[in-house]
Amino acid sequence: MRWITKVLEFVGKVGLLGLRVLTDSIRPPFEFAQLLRHLAEVGNKSLALIVVSGFALGAVMTLHTRSTLVTFGATAMIPAVQAVSFFVEIGPLVAGLLLAGRVGSGIGAVLANMRASEQIDAIESLSIDSFKFLVVPRVLACVITLPLLTLFMDFAGLLGGFLSEELTSHIAPALYFNRAFDHLHWSNFIAPTLKTAVFGFIIGSVSSHFGYSTDKGAQGVGEAATNSVVVSSLLIIVADVLLIKCIYFLFPDTAL
Amino acid sequence: MNEPHAIAVQFKQVTKSFGTQRILNDVSFHIEQGRALCVLGRSGTGKSVTLKLIMALMRPDSGEIWVDRDNVVGMDEHHLSSVRKKLGYLFQDAALFDSLTLYENLALPLARLTKKAKNEIDELVHRTLTDVGLGGDGGKYPSALSGGMKKRAGLARALVLGPKILLADEPSSGLDRITASEIDELLMRRRAEHGTALVIVSHDIHGVGRVADRVAVLDKGSLVAFGSVKEVSQSENEVARRLITERTDV
Repeated sequence: MRWITKVLEFVGKVGLLGLRVLTDSIRPPFEFAQLLRHLAEVGNKSLALIVVSGFALGAVMTLHTRSTLVTFGATAMIPAVQAVSFFVEIGPLVAGLLLAGRVGSGIGAVLANMRASEQIDAIESLSIDSFKFLVVPRVLACVITLPLLTLFMDFAGLLGGFLSEELTSHIAPALYFNRAFDHLHWSNFIAPTLKTAVFGFIIGSVSSHFGYSTDKGAQGVGEAATNSVVVSSLLIIVADVLLIKCIYFLFPDTAL
Repeated sequence: MNEPHAIAVQFKQVTKSFGTQRILNDVSFHIEQGRALCVLGRSGTGKSVTLKLIMALMRPDSGEIWVDRDNVVGMDEHHLSSVRKKLGYLFQDAALFDSLTLYENLALPLARLTKKAKNEIDELVHRTLTDVGLGGDGGKYPSALSGGMKKRAGLARALVLGPKILLADEPSSGLDRITASEIDELLMRRRAEHGTALVIVSHDIHGVGRVADRVAVLDKGSLVAFGSVKEVSQSENEVARRLITERTDV
């Protein structure tokens, strides 16, 4: 029973933090400079990781898909399978998990270190709202950048798939991409991409919670970093299940 | 210069607990403008908590805390903002913002809490850094500074808004004797030139003897001695006497 209490307590705390982020993000003063800084920190510095991972994943997926589809004589479907699987699920989920690892751990560790070294107290002593200054821009940066990074992952995956297929079957680029996008509808693309904003909110809120609320000094820094990654990743996967159900409900034609 | 003998900080029957542990128990004292108070005590006796209560970073369970003419207990954030402008806080490990340069660390409060133009901020930051001997280091990040330089930089940030009251948490901890003396000199100069009241938490008895007008000794959550260094050294309380006379922690 004790662990159930702890889980409920955690959900309550993160929920309240998320709610405070939402209310503080529409209440002046706005921390635009901090937001821009964290957009660059979260987006720009994650781009290479996302693109390289997407490209490699796309190439590997095509190799696996080909070996199966060859059996059924359906190699012409490879671009479509690649596009649909990347845009609908692999791109959003993998981008979310990668960001949870790279950014979530960073947010947790930095905020916990600031708490341990009294930097958050120093901000408060200057009459600056430390929550608005530190937490809100980080969460918003995750919410804004993750859908954009997901697009990069989707297209890098498609490009990796094309390169892999081109080396094997010498398919023309125009034919590959025509086949890829023939079976892709806007509803396959927009809703799954936008759901990553929720993933971003989870990463930002959970990581900020672990970092901002730690009271264990230097030991808390490592714990915050680890917990941020583990819990964010877990919640992203759980949220994905729920969001897919919501998307199917709102856009029935996406249920393939 | 501040009005002489006006109250700078006053505690009235302040009590503060964390969970079941009582940190401060019915503590009362005051310090006038332009005077220096050193708060002494063993580790974990609530010295740093005392400073955080003055800055309203924590709320007491009961009692009143007066800063200048305002009771900060129960005060809302808007009014606290104007009270905090009167206070400067030198944190134990300086608590400089890692991601900002030294210049940016000092410019941040000026940009947020004053309406000064960019060139005025530049000039004031440079002057304040020069005052603490870091005139040429504004572009450095805190990670590039030594312990003594960090303390000086923390002091510069605490002073940049021209506070009437300076709170300093262990200003000489982790520093060699010469560097610690230099920090004490900076504190004394500030007090002499601007009439700034000092509330200093310290273990450095040598520094206390040089800087303090008044000494408050906390033990097991209670104020066990208050007075001049000489008076506290003759106190009936053994802990207070030993803290002053043995020149080491007890």
